[in-house]
Amino acid sequence: MMNVQLRIRRYNPEADDAPHWEEYAVEAEPTDRVLDLLHQVKWYQDGTLTFRRSCAHGVCGSDAMLINGRNRLACEYLVKDAGTEITVEAIRGMDVVKDLLVDMEPFWESFKQTMPFLVNDEIPADGKERRQSPADRERYEDTSRCILCAACTSACPVFWSDQSYVGPAAIVNAHRFIVDSRDTAKQERLEIMADPDGVWRCRTVFNCVEACPRDIKITRAILEVTGEIGKAGIR
Amino acid sequence: MTLAVRGGVSPTRVHEMDAIVVGAGGAGLYAALELKQELGPTARIGVISKLYPSRSHTGAAQGGVCAALGNTEEDHWEWHWFDTVKGGDYLVDQDAAEVMCHDAVETIINLEHLGLPFDRTEDGLINQRRFGGHTRNYGEGPVRRSCFAADRTGHAILQTLFQQCIRREVTFFDEYQVLDLALPEGPGGRVSGVIAMQTATSELHAFRAKAVLFATGGYGKIFKVTSNAHTLTGDGMAIPYRRGLPLEDMEFFQFHPTGMYKLGFLLSEAMRGEGGFLVNDTGERFMERYAPTMKDLASRDVVSRSIYLEIAEGRGIGGSDFVHLDVRHLGAEVLNKKLPDMSGFIRTYFGLEPLTDLVPIQPTAHYAMGGVPTDVDGRVLRDAAGAIVPGFYAAGEVACVSVHGANRLGTNSLLDILVFGRRAGKRMAADLADLPEPAADAEAEVSVQARVRDLLGGTQGERPAVIRAELQETMFTKCGVYRTEQLLTECRDEVAALRERARHLVVDDKGSRYNTDLGEAFELNFLLDCAEATVGSALARRESRGGHAREDFPERDDADWLKHTFIARDPAGGHLSLTYKPVTITKFEPKARTY
Repeated sequence: MMNVQLRIRRYNPEADDAPHWEEYAVEAEPTDRVLDLLHQVKWYQDGTLTFRRSCAHGVCGSDAMLINGRNRLACEYLVKDAGTEITVEAIRGMDVVKDLLVDMEPFWESFKQTMPFLVNDEIPADGKERRQSPADRERYEDTSRCILCAACTSACPVFWSDQSYVGPAAIVNAHRFIVDSRDTAKQERLEIMADPDGVWRCRTVFNCVEACPRDIKITRAILEVTGEIGKAGIR
Repeated sequence: MTLAVRGGVSPTRVHEMDAIVVGAGGAGLYAALELKQELGPTARIGVISKLYPSRSHTGAAQGGVCAALGNTEEDHWEWHWFDTVKGGDYLVDQDAAEVMCHDAVETIINLEHLGLPFDRTEDGLINQRRFGGHTRNYGEGPVRRSCFAADRTGHAILQTLFQQCIRREVTFFDEYQVLDLALPEGPGGRVSGVIAMQTATSELHAFRAKAVLFATGGYGKIFKVTSNAHTLTGDGMAIPYRRGLPLEDMEFFQFHPTGMYKLGFLLSEAMRGEGGFLVNDTGERFMERYAPTMKDLASRDVVSRSIYLEIAEGRGIGGSDFVHLDVRHLGAEVLNKKLPDMSGFIRTYFGLEPLTDLVPIQPTAHYAMGGVPTDVDGRVLRDAAGAIVPGFYAAGEVACVSVHGANRLGTNSLLDILVFGRRAGKRMAADLADLPEPAADAEAEVSVQARVRDLLGGTQGERPAVIRAELQETMFTKCGVYRTEQLLTECRDEVAALRERARHLVVDDKGSRYNTDLGEAFELNFLLDCAEATVGSALARRESRGGHAREDFPERDDADWLKHTFIARDPAGGHLSLTYKPVTITKFEPKARTY
């Protein structure tokens, strides 16, 4: 067991004039997740501490937070790596609703704008699966791994300065369908991405790549989308 | 309709819908999609979830979903049917399992058409691999039946169905916690909607609809070590149970053999499907002793009990309470390409390298075979005689069809949510014309308001987390892998005492904005109800079968116990009643189960 000092940026607009830092002392095993420490506070010290979480092992995407200055999932970051003084605050560029919980609605709106669904209403004549080669399948392997946690978008300085930018997460999800050989709506998707608030806003700062808990090669996906827009001759 | 406002609880807001789906995992989303496809774009189909849909625990499923496509070797859905029945230790309703295994093939193809990113064979077909308990030719040896998307098949299913629901403009009510059913004619009548609390505002909303589907998942959080998400608190089982409706086969809970030591979440069976195996402290590959044919790919209850016995006999690693999973020989290609998430978990949470290190594992509470009793179209049963509750449907882990019997086979959970979520959606669409117009349950609305007010107003009592931790410890040690009359009796009494203590809870958060403190207090009460039903059913069943292993009754007893448990609580007096329903046997006569 070790003693950890947890500094959390608290803000409840119902009760507080402004965000403020609060400190909590917790005992932790080196293998505890930062999420475990947040639970210790919420369950045994102060039940008003508010954050989202569900699976607690990095697959549901609920608990992206700014921890020790970097976007991470609280359930994937262990005390042995985070140290004995840990700062936690909400991800940036999105309105803080309460403590570590932000307004995700604009994020989902951007996601939905990209037509995040396969379009192909033709069923093969034999009624069986559509054929797809392993190589074609591999093209969207990386981007189909996205868990929509918003760690990338909320780490992007372009997004911080202007939230009308669709952001890296939306582009990742657009990419997943643009390069899927089964999809029939590629042109429409590329036109959406070629919008002034679309893919061209990326300045390849690579913050998103660093922030992604799934290690998705986001900048490469963005470059592939711009390449496809070029090939399609869209301006 | 507006009810009196007191104690800071908002009036009930009303939403009129055609059909309501509670829960946005695979079962709920597939049902919603079917409803939209059957009824057209103007149908008002609402999906209510206490999370955002993409957070649902379907997304945590790893290894695959079985269907006898026969893409990589000979396979037949009848073989799958047999494996499911045998895996369930013959407590499976065989007519229901027949439907599931038969529909599996067409359902998987439909998912591919919807865009699911399955791994492919060199010919471009859906690739398939081996999985525990799945055999060729009625038990001869392992078969490649599991369709997969790397080791995140559930994630791919959840994403695909969520995406298609967006395409079909399903209406989502995200971050609403359902707290009660609307039963306008009282406990003996139809279901006509739900009452939910919007997490963002703590406002109460009444959703009225002719048809309501519960697809809320399981209740693994009654146990200390579990693979389940924090949010899996049995809401969808506890709510009907409180209103006097029965729960079926609650004593059957699956402990998955390869939970990550102490953390509880899973290392997929696919790691053994690809060739990994278990070893004890002496380095022995001990499953060869317990299951000579299937070895490490025997069914989960068998492997979990074997691990438990190795540990009990002192052959846990260093005499401790875990054994090792050895995947070192699988090589970098398999570990990084076919099992990338699993390899990542091992590296992230243990700091171990699966290519060179042994991985500490222990059985972890994973899956409820029991739940809300339904027929093969999701229609909820009122009693063991098979009467239907009009307007009420359930699918997925919350339901008990029963296709898993006493022990679910690996991958059949995903298949269950898909086949029966979809069938429930179709059935609801067909039933809407005949169901009466929805009506309010004013009594339930007032009662939910009172519960919220009591929790917010409480000043004397305990924190929910304290009671929850005791419940989880009690259930894990006394109603776990192995059970006895004495342990279960103690467990029953302790759960009753915890229920009593939970009548006086104190939440710190008295506000209305994202009051998750309040939400967790409700969840604790749901957990306690599920625990009561589980231990009550387990105490009565004096035999060992599948996920219910009694040290004092070690044999399966088909003469007395080849039947489903229905447990119900009288909403007025609190009295528990147990009734039983015969197992449907159509093709496979019960036999001794060996692997």
